[in-house]
Amino acid sequence: MSRAGKIARRTFLIGSAAIAGGVAFGYYKYKSPVANPLLEDLPQGAAALTPYVLIDETGVTLITPRMDMGQGVWSVQAMLIAEELDIDLDQIRVAPGTPSPAYYNTALSHEAVPFDPTDTSFTAETARGVVDAAMKFMGMQLTGGSTTVPDGYDKLRHAGAVARETLKAAAAARTGIPVGDLKTGRGAVVLPDGTRLDYTTLAPDAAVIAPVTDVALRDPKDWRLIGHRIERIDIRAKSTGTQVYAIDLEPDGVVHAAVRLNPGRSGAPLRYDATAAEAMRGVEKVVPVTGGVAVLADNTWRAFQAADAIRIDWPAPAFPAEMEAHWAILSDGFTEANLSATPREAGNVAAALMQAGDAALSVEYRAPYLAHAPMEPMSATVLVEGGRTEVRAATQVPRFTQANVAKVLGLPDEAVHVHVQMAGGSYGQRLEDDAIRIAAEIADTVPGRPVKLTLKREEDFATDYPRQIAMARGLGTVANGQVTGFDLSIAMPSVMASQMGRQGFGALGADAQITAGAGDQPFAIPDYRVRGYQVDGLAPVSSWRSVGASTNGFFHDCLLDELIHAAGADPLAERIRLTADPEARKVLEVVGEMCGWGARLAPGQGRGLAFCRSFGVPVAEVVEVRATPQGIRIEKVWIAAGVGRVIDPANFENLVAGGAVFGLAHAMNCQITYAGGAAEQTNFDSYEGMRLPQGPEVEVRAVEGMGRVRGIGEPPVPPAAAALANAIFAATGQRIRELPLGNTVDFA
Amino acid sequence: MQFRINGTVHEVEVEDDMPLLWVLRDVIGLKGTKYGCGIAACGACTVHLDGEAVRSCQTFASDAAGREVTTIEGLGSPEALHAVQTAWIEGQVAQCGYCQSGQIMQAAALLAVTPNPTDDEIDEAMGGNLCRCGTYPKIRAAVHAAATKMQEG
Ligand code: FES
Ligand code: FES
Repeated sequence: MSRAGKIARRTFLIGSAAIAGGVAFGYYKYKSPVANPLLEDLPQGAAALTPYVLIDETGVTLITPRMDMGQGVWSVQAMLIAEELDIDLDQIRVAPGTPSPAYYNTALSHEAVPFDPTDTSFTAETARGVVDAAMKFMGMQLTGGSTTVPDGYDKLRHAGAVARETLKAAAAARTGIPVGDLKTGRGAVVLPDGTRLDYTTLAPDAAVIAPVTDVALRDPKDWRLIGHRIERIDIRAKSTGTQVYAIDLEPDGVVHAAVRLNPGRSGAPLRYDATAAEAMRGVEKVVPVTGGVAVLADNTWRAFQAADAIRIDWPAPAFPAEMEAHWAILSDGFTEANLSATPREAGNVAAALMQAGDAALSVEYRAPYLAHAPMEPMSATVLVEGGRTEVRAATQVPRFTQANVAKVLGLPDEAVHVHVQMAGGSYGQRLEDDAIRIAAEIADTVPGRPVKLTLKREEDFATDYPRQIAMARGLGTVANGQVTGFDLSIAMPSVMASQMGRQGFGALGADAQITAGAGDQPFAIPDYRVRGYQVDGLAPVSSWRSVGASTNGFFHDCLLDELIHAAGADPLAERIRLTADPEARKVLEVVGEMCGWGARLAPGQGRGLAFCRSFGVPVAEVVEVRATPQGIRIEKVWIAAGVGRVIDPANFENLVAGGAVFGLAHAMNCQITYAGGAAEQTNFDSYEGMRLPQGPEVEVRAVEGMGRVRGIGEPPVPPAAAALANAIFAATGQRIRELPLGNTVDFA
Repeated sequence: MQFRINGTVHEVEVEDDMPLLWVLRDVIGLKGTKYGCGIAACGACTVHLDGEAVRSCQTFASDAAGREVTTIEGLGSPEALHAVQTAWIEGQVAQCGYCQSGQIMQAAALLAVTPNPTDDEIDEAMGGNLCRCGTYPKIRAAVHAAATKMQEG
């Protein structure tokens, strides 16, 4: 079975890549036919070459199946298609895909199994094959796990190539000129005499011939777009206030809605009094919704005001009301019964610790719940009309949303049409679609009229499913100036069980996220163990930019840094010595080179190094801080990341620098704490993050060509908090083992 | 109540205490100005009131009536960009972009009075504008670039 498992997977990969945008054609042809969503409403004269390219007389539209939350993936996806299609980005329109099983996501499922994403062993490959099959069944079209680039890298280029070659075949048929004599450029097939046949005019011909699917991808040295600096397709709109986000939609006759939802997630109010709200100007009505109450009004502000005026008594929360109880549950959670996985076990760490006795290092780390809080609050616009429902929202899970809204309304899935909108940030929040379900419930009370639900910022904080809280215990030994023993135990709730549970799925065995970013690090320490404990009974949680690695990267690297210090070794040299993987080693060497590691620093200055490999991407970060009378100042950050290949350099820099700043911001002062059964932080005054004056200079470098193409949205986040904590230690001698660091020190 | 917004007069009937933000977005229909927090903690709603940067979520309709309001739509357009917008595009500042209307309005107000700001002056002016995507290094560079552009005319 061993070879069969491996071959089956390869065949599948090649199959889906070879047909690329033709995922619906290739793969589904040989498994079970799945309708190509673009063939439904296709107007006369239009040719749907592949699910990713749509050409008609009005122009060329590239369908980008992944939602854009600010990570620039519309541009990146369009570049991948346009590179092969021989068209420029100023000649195309980009439209998000509609939910369809044809857009299932291959790369994400690799994160859902308990293997290192870079582990290509037989067991890992086979297990991924199984999960791939599950993903196909669920028809997952989701944006998450930094999967857009790896997933689309081959598929979208193939889609472009298939479209191009089919258009050439159509031109050959029309002109009688052999395909070999035809060229393409700027959206046209070019005949030997220089005559240009626009793709748009060839579209009807291309529609009636078999697509040319046997295509070769271009040599990277011939690329015009990939790897080059291009103007991002949404950058003008986003710099002129003309980008339309979900929250900006205002269909004719729209009714504005606001809600008050149970912050303790324990269901309907015990009682509520909406008398005052109902009497307020512009208020149409107040209606109960699942777990709360909604107001319909004639503008957003009036809806907000009225919702605030409703007096509500909530039942006791569904999780511990006070924060101490959460920490106590975690602290008691390191039990045999909770042990979910031991992804790393080398040597005999227990014996080594026993031998070291009191000399062994023993520490405990904590990381809090965190809100997602993208700048654009959650919103959804829903129109329920006859048997058809239109949903407009920035969702990362349009397929789930379609099914969930259908269930709310008692309609078949096909009756619900989800139109994915540009998102003003997400960081994982839009993997949850509660707000959309609620909007559908509200819209159902005013059929024929569109309803826009906007969450007031306070409500957005209160109803966000936060990043997991987590605790870790670390032990370790050193000898002869080297780290010899490393034992890390991590306790946290299962993000996947919580999140997938809300979508009606059971978890796929042990949740790999409990040790992601710690149990999968490329270090060879003689006695080395990492264990994960799943702790239930805490607040429901959700994926937050980099998921498990967002806490575990902090735990793993801080413990390593403490041990290196205890050994009296150099933080960079010892990490390099312990690194078993060439790409990871290179990334460490590069960051060392970038910052001139070992340079003399001014008094009060300190540098911290941290490393974490997550989503297959090794990232090393150096943070330089200065202790000032006003507090710690983050002065400079250097980052090296191994990404296989950079598709869009400007976007790469933005995501890497932005990801590190995001990690540092939360490490400085962000936390969600519960009191009285509700989150205490309700807005950006109590969840500050970093402001421009605190923003460090950031230098970024990509290490290319040493691994597969990987996404970069999340991997810069995990090392940031550790690098900052390590830097504070270097500058002040103070080890801080609890996030946010601002609970212990001030930041200037 | 009468409003002068981007040079056009609008006559609307709203509560005195309705925030200018919602007058702009929901009553006049100018969506470029963003709602982020509603409590003056993020700067996404920044507009100019008689040339000065203000948080429109904290500006009562009655206080804005009769004064000159400029929103991101009035600062420049995709066809006729303001120098700050050009700098923002060239620097590829935006990620999700949701905070950037406010950032750009804040920067434009700064540059109008301080044509060549130092880093400290940028800190002072831009410190209230939150960017969750972490575009701060690019924002700082773009403010300097815009200053240079404006001086070169
Ligand atoms: S919305 Fe006005 S400052 Fe945040
Ligand atoms: S660009 Fe996303 S919040 Fe600033």
